[in-house]
Parts: sequence; C-alpha cells; structure tokens
Amino acid sequence: MELLKRNAVPLLLVAAQWPVGWLLSQTVNSYYLQIIVYIGINAMLAVSLNLINGITGQFSLGHAGFMAVGAYVSAACSLFLVNGWPAALALPAILLAGGLAAALAGLVVGLPTLRLRGDYLAITTLGFGEIIRVVILNTAAVGGARGLGGMPPLSDFASVYACTIVCVLVIWRLVHSPLGKAFTAVREDEIAAAAMGIDTTRYKITAFVLGAFWAGVAGALFAHFIGYIHTNSFTFLKSVEVVVMVVLGGMGSISGAIIAAAVLTVLTEALRFLADYRMIIYSVLLIVMMLTRPGGLLGRHEITQWRFWSSRTAR
Amino acid sequence: MAHPISARRSTTVSVFALLCALLCVLPCVLLCVTGCKGKTDEIVIGEFGSLTGGTATFGTSTHAGVLQALDEINARGGLLGKKVKVVTEDDQSKPEEAVSAVLKLIKQNNVVAVIGEVASSRSLAAAPQCQRNKIPMLSPASTNPKVTEAGDYIFRACFIDPFQGSTMAKFAVNSLKLKRFAILTDTKNDYSVGLAQYFRETAKKLGAEIVAEESYSEGDIEFKAQLTSIKTKSPEAVFVPGYYTECALIARQAKELGLTVPLLGGDGWDSPKTTEIGGAAVDGTYFTNHYSEQENRPEVKKFIDTYKQRNAGKVPDAMAVLGYDSMMMMADAITRAGSTEGPKIRDALAATKNFAAVSGTITIDAQRNAQKSIVVLKIDAGRFTFVESVAP
Repeated sequence: MELLKRNAVPLLLVAAQWPVGWLLSQTVNSYYLQIIVYIGINAMLAVSLNLINGITGQFSLGHAGFMAVGAYVSAACSLFLVNGWPAALALPAILLAGGLAAALAGLVVGLPTLRLRGDYLAITTLGFGEIIRVVILNTAAVGGARGLGGMPPLSDFASVYACTIVCVLVIWRLVHSPLGKAFTAVREDEIAAAAMGIDTTRYKITAFVLGAFWAGVAGALFAHFIGYIHTNSFTFLKSVEVVVMVVLGGMGSISGAIIAAAVLTVLTEALRFLADYRMIIYSVLLIVMMLTRPGGLLGRHEITQWRFWSSRTAR
Repeated sequence: MAHPISARRSTTVSVFALLCALLCVLPCVLLCVTGCKGKTDEIVIGEFGSLTGGTATFGTSTHAGVLQALDEINARGGLLGKKVKVVTEDDQSKPEEAVSAVLKLIKQNNVVAVIGEVASSRSLAAAPQCQRNKIPMLSPASTNPKVTEAGDYIFRACFIDPFQGSTMAKFAVNSLKLKRFAILTDTKNDYSVGLAQYFRETAKKLGAEIVAEESYSEGDIEFKAQLTSIKTKSPEAVFVPGYYTECALIARQAKELGLTVPLLGGDGWDSPKTTEIGGAAVDGTYFTNHYSEQENRPEVKKFIDTYKQRNAGKVPDAMAVLGYDSMMMMADAITRAGSTEGPKIRDALAATKNFAAVSGTITIDAQRNAQKSIVVLKIDAGRFTFVESVAP
C-alpha cells in the first residue's frame, strides 16, 4: 500500500497513456502517430544506453544488438508461444520475454568485456552487436535473411509510452539512489571508486544488464509495432544512432537523451523532402550542434534543474 | 547533481536557447511544408525505394524506369484526364524506413497507389501498411513468394523464386541435357536459398542428381575451398544463385582451379559488373532473367532507345525495366478502373490480363503474382545473348 501511494503519480501517468493514446488515434493521422511512437522507442533506447555510456561511463556500441535480441525473442514468443492469448496478457509476456532475453545477452556479453576499458570495450561491444545480428541472420527458425513477420500489432502509442515512462522512472530513481552514486563514481574514476570499496565490475555489469533489458523491451515494442523485423534494422548504424542521441543530449543527462531522441527522430522525417541530401544535411546539423554545444544539449544537467537556464552552462 | 557554478557565459546560453527554439520550430514547419496536400487536378502515385544505402542501385534503376513511364503517360495526356505525379521516398535500404516512407506517402501525399520495393524484406515491411489503408501496392521486383501473401492489395510485376529456380533446372536437364549438378548457395541471402531449393527439387524430379552442395556468405571473396570440393565430385554444371559480385568472383576462381563446366544462375547475375569482374571466366554461363535487350519485340526496342537517351547511353538493367513496367501496369489499371479509389484500382490490377510489358506479357494470377515468361541468357564473349524464352 505504501508502495502504491509513493508511486501514485507515475502510476496515474502510465494509466493515462491509454486514454491519451485512444484520443490521439482518433485525431492524429497515423503517419504522425507513427513518428510519435518512434520517438518513444528511441527515447527508451537512448535513456537505457545513457545509463551505460553516460552515467556509468562505459562506452558501448552494441545497443542495436540487444534491441535485436529483444525484438526477435519477443516476436518468436508471440508467434509460437503466446499466440492467441488476449492482448492484455500477451503484451506483458512478450515485453518481459524480450527484456529478459536481452538482459541475459547483456550479462553474457558484459561479464568478459567489462574488464576492458575505453576503446577496447567499444570495439568488443561493437563486435558482439554484430555477432548477435549474424547469428540471427543465420537462424532459419526466425526467418534468417527473409526477416520475421506476422506478429500481431500488440504495441501502440499507449504501451510504448507507458513503457517509456516506467523505463525513465526506473533509471531516474536508480541514478539518484546510492547505487547511482556508485555508477557515477565508476565513471569519474574507476581506481578511486575501487579504493572506496566499490565493486566496480559488479556495478558496471549491473548498469550493462539493466541497459540491455530496456533495449530489449524497446526492441519488443518495435517488433510488434511494425509487425515485421529484419536484421538490417539492427546494424551497427542503429547503435551509432543511439550513441549520437546520448552524446547530443549530453552524456549523463536523462532528459537530454529524451530530448535528443525526439529531435533526431523528428529531424530524419522532417528532412525527407531533401531526398538524396537528407543524410548530408542531417550530418551537418549534428556537426553544428556538437560545435555549438560540445557537452551535448544539456551537458550533465537535467531539464528540471531550471536554474542552469540563467546561471549555469554545461561544461 | 550538484555542479560547481561555472563562469556566466550568457552568449552560450542564448545560442543554446536559440538552437532549442529552432529545433522545435524547424521540424514542425518542415513537416507542414512537406505535408501539403496535392492538387485535385492530378493523380498522385507514390514510389518508395532504396535510393541510398546498401542496395542503392536497385532503387535508382527502378526510379529511372518509373520516371520514364511517367513522362510517357503524361505525354499521352495523363490518366482519366488528369496529370499524373509521382512522389518518391527513399528508405535508405532499411525495412523500418520503408514503413515510415510508405505511411508518409499514404497519409501526407494522399497517394492513390504505391510502387515499391525491389528487396523482398522492405516490401514485406511496407505491405501491411498498404493493406491496412486499402492502398494498392505493386512491387516491381520482390521475388519472394511471401510478399503478396500480406493481403489482397499487394501485387507484384515479376515472377517468383520457385518459378525461376525450377525453370533453370528444367532448362539444364531438358535443353542442355545435363544430369549431374552441384549447387553453391549464399546462405545469408534468402533469394539464393530459395532458388537453390526449387532448383534442387525440380532437378531431382526430372531424374538428375545433385552431387555436391556447398555454401558461402555474401561479402566473401575466397571460394576455392568450396570449388575444390565441388570439382572432386565432377558435376556437369554448377548452379550459383547469388548476386553478381560474388558470382563473378566464383566464376573466376572456378576457371583458375580448372573447373570448366558451365555455371548456371538467376537474375542476380544481371549486371554490367558481372562481365567487368568476371572477364572471360563468366563466358559460357547460363542465367535466367526478366528480359533480354536482344528480344525483337517492339516494346523492348523502344524502351531501350528511350532509356539510353534519357540516361546518358546507359543500358537499362532488369530493375529499370521492372520499374517502367510497374508504372505502366498501374496506369493501365487506373485507366480500366476509371477511378482512383483504392478498392477499384485493386480490382483492376487483379484483373490485369495479357498486359504487353517490356519484360513480357503479364497476367496477374489469383495469388496476385505476375504470370510471365522468363528468359534464359548465355554469356558469350562478354555479351548477354538470348537463348530461349520459357512460358509459365
């Protein structure tokens, strides 16, 4: 009961997504609605990667791999396991399946690689992301090179945003808890953190597994929103896209990651009219943003720290 | 998180505020601009394809074909007394971008029908959106059987993998009188796996023997291990269903190893790059294709001449032909439907019968696949020469 009371506001917010989603589906055309849903999925990816890259300071380039695990496991689940279940039961089942599978993959990948630092970690995670993708590509049971289709459209605006809110809330609270302080300590100086009695490997793996879990959930939502998945959606470039969101938003800033996810998602759609020049303009905009705000949009601050608007600037 | 208050830099703050404002306003404005509704005195048809990304030549070739068809249609006075406009969206060779692109075409540009995609994976991703919105979708070149199973609004202008694989097997057994085959498959490529499967089944049914089966992965450059193993089984021909880069390299290395039996392939061999990379080694190869530039039909000649004029002398590849044919088929359907309503165009497309396209006479069957003849080509001294045409 105490728990419920303490979480009343977020719970209400989560519950409110269903009426809001219904309202939007009645009024907004499905192209815009789809962009809005992509924003939610990308925000989840960015916030979860931010936990690994920004807050714990471990540079991972394998986020698309975990997203792929979540997408494929949940898709296989809904096709072969919970096929025919009512949506209210099937949705949590596939989300949990996708998230847990990705978390497990995160653990398997994290245990050996998190002993490495910096560039080495980046390269090994990149490698693992690709391995995951190639394994899926060669698994005939989940479609292989043909891709996997026919999933019921279980995720919509409401489920995506409900998950996004829970994801942001979990990570926000985590970061502002003693555990979060330990994450930050690992980022700031691993040796000093270890000297203070922090089991750095354990915290790094915790952050990694948690980040992978939410990437998996995002993947599950993505798979059931589009209804068809193919390994081409989870290439190294997707990982880079998420890293860009984190860096642009400001390493370590949760609200920054959300804003960057929204901006970049809308930008790629809005620049469509430029046809072939789209990706060039997109890149130029990124360069300009990084030149003017090298620390990212919000630096290490959060949007809630209103004072920084007037008196603080990011480092 | 407490941070030391750094020096006050009002300029940075204002730049940041400006940037934020710009970032919020710019996309909205752009979305509105691009979302402008088309004029009512024109018929808008959507096209989505991979203009950039891994398979960019597919998208650009198809696009060139579609534009050529569009100009011809408009020169004839358009459709139903209205000018026709094509809105093209790039999907960067990514399935999820294909979904965005096709939704944008349907919801923002209010297209009456959609043409796309070449790659089966992207067609499969986009098809449910077209089906849901009751907008007919015509894929120029997705040969995977699953594509049109997405619903009764999804059509294709090309033959499907089973037909291609079994045609090559029939040709090899009946026309070339061969009995012992080896197969070298690209396991990463669904197209290749599919072709190999139907080739194997048909060849066995016709009493031939598959003496060796080896595999490689797209992007490989070294095939000597597989080829040596194939050589020891002494087949009379090797079926290599893959894309041109690897196939040409396989041909070269086969010749270097002294494996001189003819190679057999599918439409993935159709590219000027095949002879460029393979040189003399690809001579003697037989492959199935959508059309041959040497066919003597007037449609083919006219298409090639115009295409060369428009594209600086470039010889059209099969994708360009199929792009052109798709647009023409769609125009034909809209004319017969006498309307731009989705269900009516759908019915007209489904009723397409003996449509004289550049790539052959097209009849749409009950599964919304194009029933059309396939051509067998032989590479002879660096040229693709027409051998025979096989009716479905």
